[in-house]
Amino acid sequence: MGRGIKALALAAGMTVAGALGAAQAAEPLKIGMMVTLSGPPAVLGNHIRDGFQLFVDENGGKLGGRDVEMIVVDDELKPDVALTKVKELLERDKVDFVAGIVFSNILQAVFRPVTESETFLIGANAGTSTFAGRGCNKYFFSTSWQNDQIHEVMGKYAQEKGFKKVFLMAPNYQAGKDSINGFKRYYEGEVVDEVYTKLGNLDFSAELAKIAAAKPDAMFTFMPGGMGVNLVRQFNQAGLADSVTFLSAFTVDGTTLPATKDAALGLFSSSQWTPDMDNEANKKFVTAYEAKYDSVPSLYSSQGYDAAQLIDSAVAAVGGDLSDKDAVIAALKKADFASVRGDFKFNNNHFPIQDFYLVKAVKRDDGAYHTTVVEKVFDDYGDVHAKDCRME
Amino acid sequence: MTATLFAVQVLNGLQLGVLLFLVAAGLTLVFGVMDFINLAHGVQYMLGAYLAVTFYGLTGNFFATVVLALAAALVLGLVLEVLVFRHFYDRDHLDQVLATFGVILFLNEGVRIVWGASPLSYPGPEILQGAIPVMDGFGYPVYRIALIVAGLICAAGLWLVVARTKVGMLIRAGAANPAMLSALGVNVRQLFMVVFGFGAMLAGFAGVMAGPIFSVEPGMGDGVLILAFVVIVIGGIGSIRGAFLAALLVGLVDTLGRSFMTDIFKLFLEPSAANQVGPAIASMLIYVLMAGVLFFRPTGLFPAPGRA
Repeated sequence: MGRGIKALALAAGMTVAGALGAAQAAEPLKIGMMVTLSGPPAVLGNHIRDGFQLFVDENGGKLGGRDVEMIVVDDELKPDVALTKVKELLERDKVDFVAGIVFSNILQAVFRPVTESETFLIGANAGTSTFAGRGCNKYFFSTSWQNDQIHEVMGKYAQEKGFKKVFLMAPNYQAGKDSINGFKRYYEGEVVDEVYTKLGNLDFSAELAKIAAAKPDAMFTFMPGGMGVNLVRQFNQAGLADSVTFLSAFTVDGTTLPATKDAALGLFSSSQWTPDMDNEANKKFVTAYEAKYDSVPSLYSSQGYDAAQLIDSAVAAVGGDLSDKDAVIAALKKADFASVRGDFKFNNNHFPIQDFYLVKAVKRDDGAYHTTVVEKVFDDYGDVHAKDCRME
Repeated sequence: MTATLFAVQVLNGLQLGVLLFLVAAGLTLVFGVMDFINLAHGVQYMLGAYLAVTFYGLTGNFFATVVLALAAALVLGLVLEVLVFRHFYDRDHLDQVLATFGVILFLNEGVRIVWGASPLSYPGPEILQGAIPVMDGFGYPVYRIALIVAGLICAAGLWLVVARTKVGMLIRAGAANPAMLSALGVNVRQLFMVVFGFGAMLAGFAGVMAGPIFSVEPGMGDGVLILAFVVIVIGGIGSIRGAFLAALLVGLVDTLGRSFMTDIFKLFLEPSAANQVGPAIASMLIYVLMAGVLFFRPTGLFPAPGRA
């Protein structure tokens, strides 16, 4: 009996030692994936994580030739929680990359700790203006967009289309106000009214009645998540779609379409990507994503996937050796991968220079809903804040 | 034109009020009769909507969905009562708040695991589709009118039960003086369970009816719960009549405030300043109303007899 236990202990000890030896020989590439996984906005975090994971899996669990260890953490959409958890990632887990970050306020909270520890930060969604202009940083790269750009697309389109009267509506918080300002940067027609609703507003009946009374040519709105689902369905129920063109940002996308279904058909949004884009990388991505997760990917999934591709390209370029940080930064800056959105290169502020499109919701033959490109609004478009960034 | 807009907004306010009443009715009874603070009441609303999503997927028929979801909401409410709430009736309010808050967290996560984080939806019944044209290119959805009617019918039914039946009499007696009721030989535990199950079902009904208008998502009950608490505080705890009138009042004040506050401020402020101040004041209005009511009538507008 005593001997049995001793033998077991010995065996266990040897296994542990063996594992340690193996770990030292080929230490995995550690990636801290910080996304929002609780509360209603969890769907965005899920999509980014799934997109990222998909590329890692396709690559046999490796990025840039090194095995990947993903540590997924939930920021709970609370900046203080995010700060604590990102410090754990940096100090305890000693991650090589922090990736993800869904919301601007979370990015604001973790940006300095990550970049000051000289860890690479790959943003796959939030694109706060603070870090696009004077606050840009060489350790930060974004595979999404700078916030303003998505709203500017709609303003530009409304201007080009010659809409004379536009009604603007956004939630009453900073991103909502930025959205309205982004729209107005290119739109020069008359703004009949600007309405700011409570964040998390569910019933838009009062606002829709005001829109009907104002008789605009078009309305522009930014209502992410469940707010957008409610707005789109109520807009449709009120029968406003016939008289008012619906322009939106982050309102009609892959996360809301499964809930809005037919109510969103034909409504406009802006995006840098759609699932039916005709390029090799995208076809492979969308097919694999649908096979694995049984749902149409959203733009957030595509940004997660591109974040993994970006890390893969840079780690491969430096032969898996991350010790020379500047070499890694130079490799990241090249963006040497086939983005699922097509054209992709980094601006001096490490945000993408890319094309932006007017997209609309359509129904596929198999009954799934997705967005499709209507027309290109901006070609190779960098954001307006880049000129304030001192990086080359 | 402005008159039409005003009328539409009044309808919107009524509709919000009716929805709030359905949630608040259960809350005020549970609070009034059992002296039990049930923060998890909003979760019943959410569960109602999620159950409806599932049953709609199975049956494809809205009315069958309502019946099935109501039955399931009742069962779930009773299960929660037996498993959790029952053990907290004799504890103080802080314990109750902690326990029921835990239930909120647990069930919000639970629905996310079962149904996913994406917002879901289901359509209203075919015969209530369409809209009644009230302005150029804008119609008032028939479904919303049906919702107001359904809520009013519920309110009338509830009033009949509470004011005209034996159970109703016991409920009123329980709200006024539960100890005396128990001393008179009434099985208060059983009464509590009936009230609790019924309250859960009403909140579930509100959730089912809200599904075709609002998105069904984790945490959807939390905002409603806060408004429902405002309603029962204004109306007077334990009073169905108070809950009804206060719900309509809150619905109207909130909706009309959101619609016209910014325009009112624009009369004497710069448009940009009005855009800043208007929405801020509008979202505060119901709380200002509550503070005002509490100041002048600390027990609410229509307190249950014996509590005033």
